[in-house]
Amino acid sequence: MSTPHSSSTSSAPHRASPPQIPQSLTLAPTASSSASPSSSSASGMRDAAEDDSDSPPSQMSEDDPGGGGGGGGDRWEPDLRGGNGGAGRWAPPDQVLENVLESVLEFLTAARDRNAASLVCRSWYRAEAQTRRELFIGNCYAVAPRRAVERFGGLRSVVLKGKPRFADFNLVPNGWGAYVSPWVAALGPAYPRLERICLKRMTVSDDDLALVANSFPLFKELSLVCCDGFSTLGLAVIAERCRHLRVLDLIEDYVEDEDDEMVDWISKFPESNTSLESLVFDCVSVPFNFEALEALVARSPALRRLRVNHHVSVEQLRRLMARAPQLTHFGTGAFRSEAAPGGGLSVTELATSFAASRSLICLSGFRDVNPEYLPAIFPVCAKLTSLNFSFASLTAEELKPVICNCINLRTFWVLDTVGDEGLRAVADTCSDLRELRVFPLDASEDSEGSVSDVGLQAISEGCRKLESILYFCQRMTNAAVIAMSKNCPDLVVFRLCIMGRHRPDRITGEPMDDGFGAIVKNCKLTRLSVSGLLTDKAFAYIGKYGKLIKTLSVAFAGNSDMSLQYIFEGCTKLQKLEVRDSPFSDKGLLSGLNYFYNMRFLWMNSCRLTMRGCKDVAHQMQNLVVEVIKDHTDEGESEIVDKLYLYRSLAGPRKDAPTFVTLL
Amino acid sequence: MASADVDVGTELSLGLPGGGAEAAKQAAKRGFEDTIDLKLKLPTAGMEEAAAGKPEPAAEKAKRPAEAAAADAEKSPAPKAQAVGWPPVRSYRRNVMTVQSVKSKKEEEPEKQQPAANAGGNSSAFVKVSMDGAPYLRKVDLKMYNSYKDLSIALKKLFSTFTTGNNMNEGKLVDPVSGADVVTTYEDKDGDWMLVGDVPWEMFVESCKRLRIMKSSEAIGLAPRAKDKCKNKS
Repeated sequence: MSTPHSSSTSSAPHRASPPQIPQSLTLAPTASSSASPSSSSASGMRDAAEDDSDSPPSQMSEDDPGGGGGGGGDRWEPDLRGGNGGAGRWAPPDQVLENVLESVLEFLTAARDRNAASLVCRSWYRAEAQTRRELFIGNCYAVAPRRAVERFGGLRSVVLKGKPRFADFNLVPNGWGAYVSPWVAALGPAYPRLERICLKRMTVSDDDLALVANSFPLFKELSLVCCDGFSTLGLAVIAERCRHLRVLDLIEDYVEDEDDEMVDWISKFPESNTSLESLVFDCVSVPFNFEALEALVARSPALRRLRVNHHVSVEQLRRLMARAPQLTHFGTGAFRSEAAPGGGLSVTELATSFAASRSLICLSGFRDVNPEYLPAIFPVCAKLTSLNFSFASLTAEELKPVICNCINLRTFWVLDTVGDEGLRAVADTCSDLRELRVFPLDASEDSEGSVSDVGLQAISEGCRKLESILYFCQRMTNAAVIAMSKNCPDLVVFRLCIMGRHRPDRITGEPMDDGFGAIVKNCKLTRLSVSGLLTDKAFAYIGKYGKLIKTLSVAFAGNSDMSLQYIFEGCTKLQKLEVRDSPFSDKGLLSGLNYFYNMRFLWMNSCRLTMRGCKDVAHQMQNLVVEVIKDHTDEGESEIVDKLYLYRSLAGPRKDAPTFVTLL
Repeated sequence: MASADVDVGTELSLGLPGGGAEAAKQAAKRGFEDTIDLKLKLPTAGMEEAAAGKPEPAAEKAKRPAEAAAADAEKSPAPKAQAVGWPPVRSYRRNVMTVQSVKSKKEEEPEKQQPAANAGGNSSAFVKVSMDGAPYLRKVDLKMYNSYKDLSIALKKLFSTFTTGNNMNEGKLVDPVSGADVVTTYEDKDGDWMLVGDVPWEMFVESCKRLRIMKSSEAIGLAPRAKDKCKNKS
């Protein structure tokens, strides 16, 4: 497989600022300039200025406006310029014009705009490459670190995404890849002023963290989402060495246990006042030194976001809140007393603490909640814009007194234990709701399921401004989905998971085609997950109306390869397609040939693909990497392909693939 | 309150003979349904299924253990086998909910005093769990569980990421590299390695220092020692 020629000339000189330009003009605007949705920072990371929708995973969710930008905007073209633009040896005749260009381009923050600017001409390409401050790479294997480093001269922030999303559901065997090591090794020497690294679904070792801490003296922000491979040892190094650290966000990572004693990483932060603004570690499930945390919070005057793990009782919570009354985002740990029943903190005392936290707008945690303590949050409910109860098994009766006060709620995550009745209570109060996620307590196909189309209908009637929904259920009707499509015109993300496979409309017995058809027709969806009994007709609708869809997830759906064809031909903005357990064969796969370069990736597992079809694709598309992934215990060759992952890439087949991955 | 038995019908054989002889027999038959990926299993009649060219040995094997599990009076009727990663709930969330559900079940049993079932964690029994072939260790708090069965469920959840695709082994947790059957052993206070399940649960919690899931072939010879020790202690 050929790779586009990459210039072997050295990269453009790394200049912090050209000498003629006043310093003020060369300092890039911060990522929080969000005048319009399209100019939000390309990574979709939460901005300091935005105070809504701040539930942790949505910070790097694929839904965010910049998240689908990838490296090249909507229509991706191979970067034929290679490194030529970096031929800094050749000085343009008009140096002043180039400098002016650079100072103007400083103001472009959105990756999409920058990508467009870089294609205008060589001069603009070079100027853009020198002034881009944040690099977003949606697939770490799409480009080699060296190449990125050669092109961009002055990065301050790097966002990398690694494994395909289905890795979250145990579909990608361990050891598949997405190691951050080569990236850190390349970024270190190239960008001594780097301030921010955000990683999603990558493997990060303690050594990598140490290298980060040692390479970047001005390092300010580390955000690890759904990553694995590191332990409290690595966290200790970060805490100790990164003296300017503002953000340490660890979100749904798998944190290993080190072989010897646990490291007291919280104690390793500098003893003087810190610059910490955000400390999120609810996924670091080992016990920690609470006194050290309390002291840390006390000497971190800028701290606004704190999310602790479940080893924190309400008594300890109170102490933390006393030290940090300025918190805006609070993850409350267990929300239970450590004392015997009858003793411990009273609800009133806890409520006093909450009342004193006048800036709280986001609450989460409640990992082991004692419902008796819930009234303690009443004083802050009216100001809450985000509430995450998704680890709290609450009944409708327990939810109602809380939710009826949350009149300004914009983001709500909850377990289905609250039932349709609980959702009705949400609909009655939260008229401003933008994002709803309803998770199943019992995540199995045969579970009872506590919410249904009734709850969905109620939400659609009460929460007219809804933009994003994730809904797990066992019973659904087309009518409810159609109702939502009409009542909630602002919907851009619709993810419905009917957990039992191939379930039809519970009332009519029909497939769910019409419901999904209505939702794509009436709403401007950018992200869609389908489920239930679906025929090719549903995909005909999706292809016909889903012109804005960037991410599509399909499971146990469709009758024939026509479904895939409808998708490829119709969804012109499609970037990410994930398919599982659907009757699609090589023919369907091949119908996408003309579209694969416009997509970031395609994932298919447990369909009807064969090696022949996959090899066909690999052979015809030179700039695609086609991976066939086996489970560990498969012996020998098989013509049947169970897992296929293909993605456009400038880097060619990767060198770090394990034995169970075959690169075609 | 939905006391979620998130593992309805998903029984794991980690080679734990404890809990009585009857349970031991059934443990051997139970299906590892949770990780069986049934291709093209379409239960509803409305679906056109182009002839599934390949036979479905996985489905066959899954059904047998499922039927055996149905004989277990403790369990609800065995459901059909579950697909890997479906419903699409992140393993992070599943792990958190598993721990929670075990805890809440414990709290519903009034006769058992749970001194450690609290957020302070002042009385916990963390032990390391290693599985041969897995890339890293895990840790579990033995005080969070009531029985070998609970522990078995939790261990299966913890190591489920290493066992995808092990659908050919009739329900036993298998070594991810070689495919051989595995058993769970533990190191006790005296430094000896014993098979898990031979002693009463409480005694096990007191004496267990670490756990290791290893190939069955390597574990031969452990069982007699455990019984001997039991005799000596009682």
